Amino acid sequence: MEPVTKTNRRNFIKLATATTGGLILGFNWEANATTFNVLDEATLAADNNFNSYLSISSDNVITIFSPNPELGQNIKTSFPMIVAEELEADWSRVKVVQAALDTKKFERQLTGGSGAIPHSWERLRKAGATAKQMLLEAGAKRWNVSASSLVAENGMIIDRSGNRSLSYGELANEAALLPVPTDVKLKDKKDFKIIGQPIRNVDGMEMITGKPLYGLDFYREGMVFAMIQRPKSFGMKIKSVDAAAAKASAGIIDVVTFKNNVAVVGKSTWQVNKARKLLRVEYEIDSKIESTTDHDKLFKELLESKEATVRRKDGDVDTAFANAAKVISREYQCPFLPHNPMEPMNFFAHVRPDGVELVGPTQTPDLARNEVAKLLGVATDKITLEITRLGGGFGRRLKADYVLEAAELSSIIKVPVKLIWTREDDMGGGSYRPAVRYRFQAALDKESNLIGYKLRGVGINSGNSTREDNFPAGAVDNLLIESVEYKSAITTGAWRAPITNFLAFAEQSFIDEIANEVKQDPIQFRLTLLEKAKKSPVGAIKYDVDRMKTVIELAREKSNWGKNKNVIQGFSVYFSHRSYVAQVAEVVMIEGKPVIKKIHAAADCGVVVNLSGANQQIRGGIVDGMGHAFYGNLTFKDGVAEQINFNNYRLIRYKEVPEIDVHFVNNEIDPTGLGEPALPPTGGAIANALFKATGKRMYNQPFVKQEALTGVSLDSKM
Amino acid sequence: MATYQLQINGKSVSTEADADTPLLWVLRDNLRLVGTKYGCGIAQCGACTVHLNGTAVRSCSLPISAVGNKKVTTIEGLSEKGDHPVQQAWNEVDVAQCGYCQAGQIMTAAALLGKKSKPSDQDIETAMNGNICRCGTYHRIHEAVVLASSKISK
Repeated sequence: MEPVTKTNRRNFIKLATATTGGLILGFNWEANATTFNVLDEATLAADNNFNSYLSISSDNVITIFSPNPELGQNIKTSFPMIVAEELEADWSRVKVVQAALDTKKFERQLTGGSGAIPHSWERLRKAGATAKQMLLEAGAKRWNVSASSLVAENGMIIDRSGNRSLSYGELANEAALLPVPTDVKLKDKKDFKIIGQPIRNVDGMEMITGKPLYGLDFYREGMVFAMIQRPKSFGMKIKSVDAAAAKASAGIIDVVTFKNNVAVVGKSTWQVNKARKLLRVEYEIDSKIESTTDHDKLFKELLESKEATVRRKDGDVDTAFANAAKVISREYQCPFLPHNPMEPMNFFAHVRPDGVELVGPTQTPDLARNEVAKLLGVATDKITLEITRLGGGFGRRLKADYVLEAAELSSIIKVPVKLIWTREDDMGGGSYRPAVRYRFQAALDKESNLIGYKLRGVGINSGNSTREDNFPAGAVDNLLIESVEYKSAITTGAWRAPITNFLAFAEQSFIDEIANEVKQDPIQFRLTLLEKAKKSPVGAIKYDVDRMKTVIELAREKSNWGKNKNVIQGFSVYFSHRSYVAQVAEVVMIEGKPVIKKIHAAADCGVVVNLSGANQQIRGGIVDGMGHAFYGNLTFKDGVAEQINFNNYRLIRYKEVPEIDVHFVNNEIDPTGLGEPALPPTGGAIANALFKATGKRMYNQPFVKQEALTGVSLDSKM
Repeated sequence: MATYQLQINGKSVSTEADADTPLLWVLRDNLRLVGTKYGCGIAQCGACTVHLNGTAVRSCSLPISAVGNKKVTTIEGLSEKGDHPVQQAWNEVDVAQCGYCQAGQIMTAAALLGKKSKPSDQDIETAMNGNICRCGTYHRIHEAVVLASSKISK
């Protein structure tokens, strides 16, 4: 990256004055070498190494560009809040703009892994602080006083002793000419005014007035519509295509076959959808055709398999189990799950001789662009990608399959096309949370001490189905964690809180069973294990014992654990995506049936950026975790998904949601993840409460399939 | 393909479509009123909810030939400035996460409150249970419906 010269800056001022006027500041990706430069428009348009930037116009509008895809995690509100905090901006004058894909300016433009805020926290703060410092210097120059005698507040530079003030807009042009400070002081977290407040979604009004925000809302004059018929069964490939009837259908322009896809192209979504049903496609077997019943058998074989990948081994497990006074062994299983974001997959592509234009919803715009570049043999700098708002993601849009389909189709038909997946396409042929089965084993000595612990996870295309360095690793002397993966034609992928979305349920249910076996309070049992992990940890661990202990104690306190005789409580705690969440589920028996009434959540995600967004992330994560633990079930028969729309696939609804109480640990730790960590603990907290209430243990998801507890209902009164 | 004269958001609109085309796709593809969303296409999720003579209906399952002269209201026509009491409440409560389902949620809530300005919890539950929110904003939806009701009843 070339430093911006003064001449450039002057050019910018000229340009900027001609347009809106103001200061534009870019900031670099590398956290440790953060450098800031005032950018001119030419620099902004040309290649440079900036990550994101803000501008201040002469009429006091502060524009902050948000580079990461927004899918409901509220990043488009939180990112600018962080910049505005250090800038001492007037939040009511901040305008937020979604930036297009430009990895030279904005290195990490990815939504996944609950990582956006943790990755960008310091950079965003420095960006705001640097601009503030330059505005202070500009004020000092104007009044011929020292900058340290001035204060920045609510979009104003104030000289208290001189009883005078200037707005940021009035100083922006002068500030832009000053040298960029390299070492700026960040605010004391205690002085935060915007961070930690409940700030409304910046797209709120657009969403509730129906403005075109999402990929599916994108229309371009002259574009055509397309849907793709893919094999209904995983493991099949096209044998022959008879498209005559579809081609003759009203509004159809063409039918194109590429790879395993038969694309119907037409003038409207509905005409394409209708014509598609007239396709006669024959398929033949390409690889193994599988059913859920095969997987059920397979899981039991793999649990006994001599070949497994050892993920972690501490001490001597064999001796511990041989010497045990008692061994507990339990198994837990979950099905495949579709992601089901409310906006189905779609993408716009226009492949021209001179370049490629892509528009749509993706969590990984950079990956999508790179894969399109590879597929079409086009340089990445000839490809533009505009990120629309995403109607949910849950991990589905980490994959670029639907972007590639749109691009390939446009390259064949040579016109701009919007590819649309139906709900059936997505649930029937998309990508799933892998089906997994776990076996947990605990060895107890005569004094009921946990002396050995074993976990084996087996799954379909599940990769490592364990998290070997998580609790209770570190707290048990003899421990063995293994995984076995079975490769299948059924496509799987990251699903919100990958692996831990079910592993946490299984583990926290099992820990509860051990606590019951040794007749200890389940919370105390966990605290005792943590005490050991703190005092004499066994091997390396990824979690912070003190932070986990703190959320446990906060949940215990806020739920009035064990003291409310009117409710039956179950506990769970989990560490994921750098954050800690403990939950207490409360059940009451109504007419002999357990009803989930309330869930208390205690979370430590470090500093809370947006209290409104954060609260909803926790509640939404719990609703998601509960809904899928209770109802989510996708099965296969002869390679074909048996649930492909909401008529026989159940998502949690309004009346099924209990009251949820959210508490945050108040600390000054830099923010850790929040988009996922509230989901994993929920199933376990509920299962543990249900066990206490009914004596019956949930081993498999979804819960509704377990006959013993079909009486379970979710409370209707929030 | 036939020509249909529709009454949408207080305006008379002429458009051409096959008789079986769902109102949803006429709104979106023909008229570019894209606030009404496609979610499932089988009237199960409520993302496509619009008003037909003030009643909430699923536009994904309503053929254009069945609309006739009935007054269609979409999210774009619920209010001129986005200040219908239900929209105000949705904004104040900061309901939306991804936001994709919210137009449908708002149209369902507005139809309910249009018929019954002070609904019981049971009424709200019956009305709102047909709209799925995958992000799980149900608590805020509840809060916003109650707030909107208090604004209307004032």
